[in-house]
Amino acid sequence: MLLLCLLILSTGGCGGTKDGAEEVSLQGAGATFPYPLYSKWISEYHKVNARVRLDYQSIGSGGGIKQLTERTVDFGASDVPMTDEQLRTAAKEVLHIPSALGAVAVIYNLPGVASGLKITSDLLADIFLGKITKWNHPGISAHNPGVSMPNADILVVHRTDGSGTTAVFVDYLNKVSSEWVGRVGRGTSVNWPAGIGGKGNEGVAGQVKQTAGSIGYVELAYAEQNQIAYAEIRNRSGIFLKPSVANITAAAASMSAQVPDDLRVSITDAEGPAVYPISALTYILVFREQVDEQKGKAVGDFLWWAIHDGQKFTGPLQYAPLPDDLVKKTETRLRLLSFNNQPLLHR
Amino acid sequence: MSSLALRDNEQSGLMARWSRSRHRWSDVLFRRLTACFALSILILLVWMLITLALNARQALARFGWGFLWGRTWDPVREQFGALPFVYGTIVSSTLALCIAVPLSLGVAIFLSEHAPRGWENVVAFLVDTLAAIPSVIYGLWGIFILSPALRNYIEPWLASTFGFLPLFQGPPYGIGMLAGGIILAIMVLPIITAVSRDVLQAVPNTQREAALSLGATRWETTRVVLAHARAGLTGAVILGLGRAIGETMAVTMVIGNRPEISYSLFDPSYTIASVIANEFNEATYELYVQALIELGLILFLVTLIVNAVARLLVWSVTRRTREVQRV
Repeated sequence: MLLLCLLILSTGGCGGTKDGAEEVSLQGAGATFPYPLYSKWISEYHKVNARVRLDYQSIGSGGGIKQLTERTVDFGASDVPMTDEQLRTAAKEVLHIPSALGAVAVIYNLPGVASGLKITSDLLADIFLGKITKWNHPGISAHNPGVSMPNADILVVHRTDGSGTTAVFVDYLNKVSSEWVGRVGRGTSVNWPAGIGGKGNEGVAGQVKQTAGSIGYVELAYAEQNQIAYAEIRNRSGIFLKPSVANITAAAASMSAQVPDDLRVSITDAEGPAVYPISALTYILVFREQVDEQKGKAVGDFLWWAIHDGQKFTGPLQYAPLPDDLVKKTETRLRLLSFNNQPLLHR
Repeated sequence: MSSLALRDNEQSGLMARWSRSRHRWSDVLFRRLTACFALSILILLVWMLITLALNARQALARFGWGFLWGRTWDPVREQFGALPFVYGTIVSSTLALCIAVPLSLGVAIFLSEHAPRGWENVVAFLVDTLAAIPSVIYGLWGIFILSPALRNYIEPWLASTFGFLPLFQGPPYGIGMLAGGIILAIMVLPIITAVSRDVLQAVPNTQREAALSLGATRWETTRVVLAHARAGLTGAVILGLGRAIGETMAVTMVIGNRPEISYSLFDPSYTIASVIANEFNEATYELYVQALIELGLILFLVTLIVNAVARLLVWSVTRRTREVQRV
């Protein structure tokens, strides 16, 4: 009797899933920076649309672009927009879909100095160039009255693996220091003039936490989770700000007038009083012309959900939601998604 | 030498006659088959070498020999030089062997020659456990335990005691060549110990009994055993060296990852295997990828050369001891 019940139940269960349309599985790969958010999205989106199975591998922004270009994944992800040369290599048009905003926090370990040390862009560049080597440098003290700075060596800790976090951080330094442009430049890996390298966000966070007198940079979430002191950075309006959800969204909002149609834009060092200057957009990359109608439709639906309903999951994970006008612009781009030159999304 | 060759000849002649009379067919087949297996190793090596060289041909053409002694690694400006990585790889592995070889030989000798029965199994089990720990765990242990210990106690002590040597100068960060060498030493220790122990245990007991019966002390007996096992011990050390040169994860977590050549063991350094693992994913343009593959090629050659030198070194040492013994 019991067996019969179980049998009925199990066949009933099977029938339920078979009723739905065919299952679609989507492969994505790329940036490590938004990985916690994307894995949250994958589990949440499964509740909304159980028909779609998503899989995301956080292999790094460069890897994401490479795999998309070679068409081994259905979507790529990157913290830095693709360069013109990369777009040429991809041959077919690639859409940049901003998915969320994040920030890079400047972390430090100074016994006796609380979180919120005030640092200007010039000081930051000089420290990472290896020109300021002592914490009691008059330039630092001048902006931090009342804080007694120790006479300690500064140990710079940077990322050693190529990363989008590095790309965002050095993009900022490129905008604020002409010496940085001349000596170091931009990229996911650069030739650091000073300091030691840690592997991954956790490597840098671990190193800074261990070593008194060290300074480094990590994604905001890592600074929060590890409870490491992080600095207030002076923005273009001369106001010192810590990274926060509101400050990061403000950075994207203030850039919205300059956002080009293809949405490839850097939002570091943005204008405005409430702006945290080392903020960044992170992108999902898809080919405009899809080769599989089912998959193309599924990717489009997922991305539409991500830039609308998905945005409410950003805050708790230390990311910031896209500002409204950027969402509008992104919608326009998403509608371009096509199969056989026919639009896939009808919204 | 000539008598040896003669004996070999005799033996193979005997074998040939024997196989002709009976299992000729199956013997030939078996010999060919095993020869194929042996050859496949050679083919694999050559094939890897060729693939690496082909995939790095742009970089090879662009940088030429200058790649070997270039000291700048700047992906932004497309300047690539391998010297700091080669230096870091060789010095960190050498340091690791300097620490690990005496230790693991000591452990192996104790286990095979002197340890009471119960002890032997316990210690051998612990050593084998060490070998099974994933390298990322060693790396984390390095960051959170080893590096603070080095920074707070060991490096300041070294600096104040041996600070006159260029090896122990500069600010003690706890991260750097010394930390990398120590982590590597701990990682290769179980391999060298396990293999050496097996080699020593394989030495026939008649050797020990003969030495003891001639009135040799325990120490002298051990020396006889070591001399008998030298070829196997060399193999053990070279296996350890191979792991030290190729280790990636644990080293990169503690060595500081700075492509610079410095005499001080306190300063950060970088190894070939680490830079490939760290930068390959994000190598965004073709020449960059090729430069990393060329580094792989160099790692391949460094391993070959270091292995050859190590064998040569051990060979010359053992030959001398053999001569001494004969006298």
